[in-house]
Amino acid sequence: MAMVLNEEAGMLKDAARGYLSTSAPVSQLRKLRDSGSEDGFDRKTWADMAEMGWTSVLVPEAHGGVEMGHVAAGVIAEEMGRTLTASPYISTAIMGATALSRFGSDGQKSEWLPRIAAGEAITALAADEGRKHNPSSVAVSAERSGNGFKLNGRKTFVAEGHVADMLIVSARTGGSENEAEGITLFLVPRDAAGVTVERKDTVDSRHAADIVLDNVEVTADAVLGEVDNGLGALEAVLDAGRAGLSAEMSGSAQQCLDSTVGYLKERKQFGQIIGTFQALQHRAAHLYSEVELGKSIVLKALQTLDAAPDHAAMMVSAAKAKLGQVAQLAAREGVQMHGGMGMTDEFDIGFYMKRVRVAEALYGDANYHADKFARMRKY
Amino acid sequence: MADLDAFRADVRDWLEANCPEEMRQPIQDEEDVVWGGKTFNFTEPQKLWLDRMAEKGWTVPEWPVEYGGGGLDKAHAKVLREEMRKIGARAPVQSFGIWMLGPALLKYGTHEQKLEHLPKIARGEIRWAQGYSEPNAGSDLAALMTKCEDKGDHYLVNGQKIWTSYADKADWIFVLVRTDFQAPKHEGISFILVDMDQPGVTTKPIKLISGKSPFCETFFDDARAEKHNLVGELNKGWTVAKYLLTHEREMIGGMGSGAMRPMGDVAVQQIGLNEQGMLADPILRADVVRAEIDGLAFMSTMERVADEAKAGQGVGANSSMLKYYGTELNKRRMELMMDSAGSSGLEWDADEDVARMWLRSKGNSIEGGTSEVQLNIIAKRILELPSA
Repeated sequence: MAMVLNEEAGMLKDAARGYLSTSAPVSQLRKLRDSGSEDGFDRKTWADMAEMGWTSVLVPEAHGGVEMGHVAAGVIAEEMGRTLTASPYISTAIMGATALSRFGSDGQKSEWLPRIAAGEAITALAADEGRKHNPSSVAVSAERSGNGFKLNGRKTFVAEGHVADMLIVSARTGGSENEAEGITLFLVPRDAAGVTVERKDTVDSRHAADIVLDNVEVTADAVLGEVDNGLGALEAVLDAGRAGLSAEMSGSAQQCLDSTVGYLKERKQFGQIIGTFQALQHRAAHLYSEVELGKSIVLKALQTLDAAPDHAAMMVSAAKAKLGQVAQLAAREGVQMHGGMGMTDEFDIGFYMKRVRVAEALYGDANYHADKFARMRKY
Repeated sequence: MADLDAFRADVRDWLEANCPEEMRQPIQDEEDVVWGGKTFNFTEPQKLWLDRMAEKGWTVPEWPVEYGGGGLDKAHAKVLREEMRKIGARAPVQSFGIWMLGPALLKYGTHEQKLEHLPKIARGEIRWAQGYSEPNAGSDLAALMTKCEDKGDHYLVNGQKIWTSYADKADWIFVLVRTDFQAPKHEGISFILVDMDQPGVTTKPIKLISGKSPFCETFFDDARAEKHNLVGELNKGWTVAKYLLTHEREMIGGMGSGAMRPMGDVAVQQIGLNEQGMLADPILRADVVRAEIDGLAFMSTMERVADEAKAGQGVGANSSMLKYYGTELNKRRMELMMDSAGSSGLEWDADEDVARMWLRSKGNSIEGGTSEVQLNIIAKRILELPSA
């Protein structure tokens, strides 16, 4: 497959950039932070995104979607990374849609997918329990009870958990704490009895949540995919999210580069534009090269997810590992080359540094994915 | 699509019938690489494979048929490459003629020049050397001073070139010469083709830190060049030179990827796995996996840059980015090869010759424009940062 966007994706990219740069730029995130928004995103913007069809790119046509695929979803995520637009896009339109369309029962699909496509439902994946990402380490328990299950335990760092209508929860129905077998995914309405959501402010001026499950009763219909055999589905949902985050980080890295190069062309010291200094030119040129490599591996991962979703894990880990490094390099170099201004809250560059730190950590940081890649390569 | 599928089937059958078994074995060392030329010692299978491929025009599949090529478009040429890779077929011939002079002649040469020189490159009959750098013109290539004088019916060339790859084994050389000493430095340069089989051209190999001598000094002492072998316009040679340099950069940058064994496999073979199935040296493992991921990202970038160029969306100066990153990556790989090999890598003249490859790789980020020059080009042409 040619590594260029087709016409449809190219138009989507232009439309996304146009909308986000005018209607949801970094100043929107700043405003949300300063006003102490409990949602952490703008509801009107989210409704606009649904209106424009962005929330339905991974929803099958039969359920009200447009089914454009991961490249299209990535294009949108990348543009959001450029403007740091806060939204439940990755948790819902990418991960929620992937979870339900690939692993949902007919009933689950018709209940949730049309609502995701319409932007009426927000979903969140509750997988991690410790400080570091580890999807097979599951202590949250799901004991059989009547014709359903009873869930107990605590999930941490659940992105969009504070605003989700429905949680996708990994829980243990068998096996011991770190075993791959015995994990089952459940669809749990957030308003179910026994669910407590503890909202946390995160460094990127957004929010995440800890989710406490206290004897939460669900029926057997709440099981997503197979009982005891949910890790594969969980990894597939995670990979969709990881690729989306990689695309987001690619957009953020490009924006850091662009604004830094812009600053180098304006700022004067020693009577000269500082962009004439070779020490800075070489740093910027190296960063450009890294950003270009990042773009390529993200596109490769997204294309692989569309073409062969069951064989995309290695490329997705490569992309998440690479972009975790590239985006953080871009943010660090950006702050350094903006000099003192880069340290001020007034300049946007710091917002990028904070967001990419979160995006890098979410669903496995660069080290986690480099290690995973090596394991898949059998060393 | 049907046309491509049919072509693929034909190629597969033809390769199966015509590629000698010996030419499907992995390349072990320099001896296995066919450079061609008047004095090249071909093994029998090498000669057979070259002649058969040249007959089809497939040594240079995308060149026009009338100049010895296969006349294939990019899509068909890609099919040919893919089918060759599938059976492990070696390149029938590789040369600076194919990589550098050919593309430059195709763009800037006259019909007569193409007819005279291209078919001989395609058939591996003439081996070309590149006369660019001089002792006082390295990174500042346009400062070159090799003199070329108009003597009426011919040109006379005097001066010295350095870092001429394999000049001692080459038959002809393409040379950047100064034809106007009064003009600004970029505007007095011409591009000329010189037959090395004359007393006025002599070569002297340079021994490198690797102990090998892939490069020479080349001396021009009243060497004669024919007037019809001036490529492009007089004093406009810098345009040709730059065009050729982009091809050279892509070629050198491409060495960072290509058909090399994945670094992880090399490391596992050298130092083995621990009880958890992980590379026995955990810190090396981290470096190896980062290099593999960067390699994957680099190869994806080569692919993307080529596809963008095809779609007319390319950034021309990206060849500098590929050259910079590819060569730095290759140097990293070679360091990791040495780290993995341990004491066996420290043996001089060992079977695998890791040490010489490692040492040779240090030149990758110097030849064809240093990494620093590539960064300058990226800063100026792509990022459009101002000059001092």
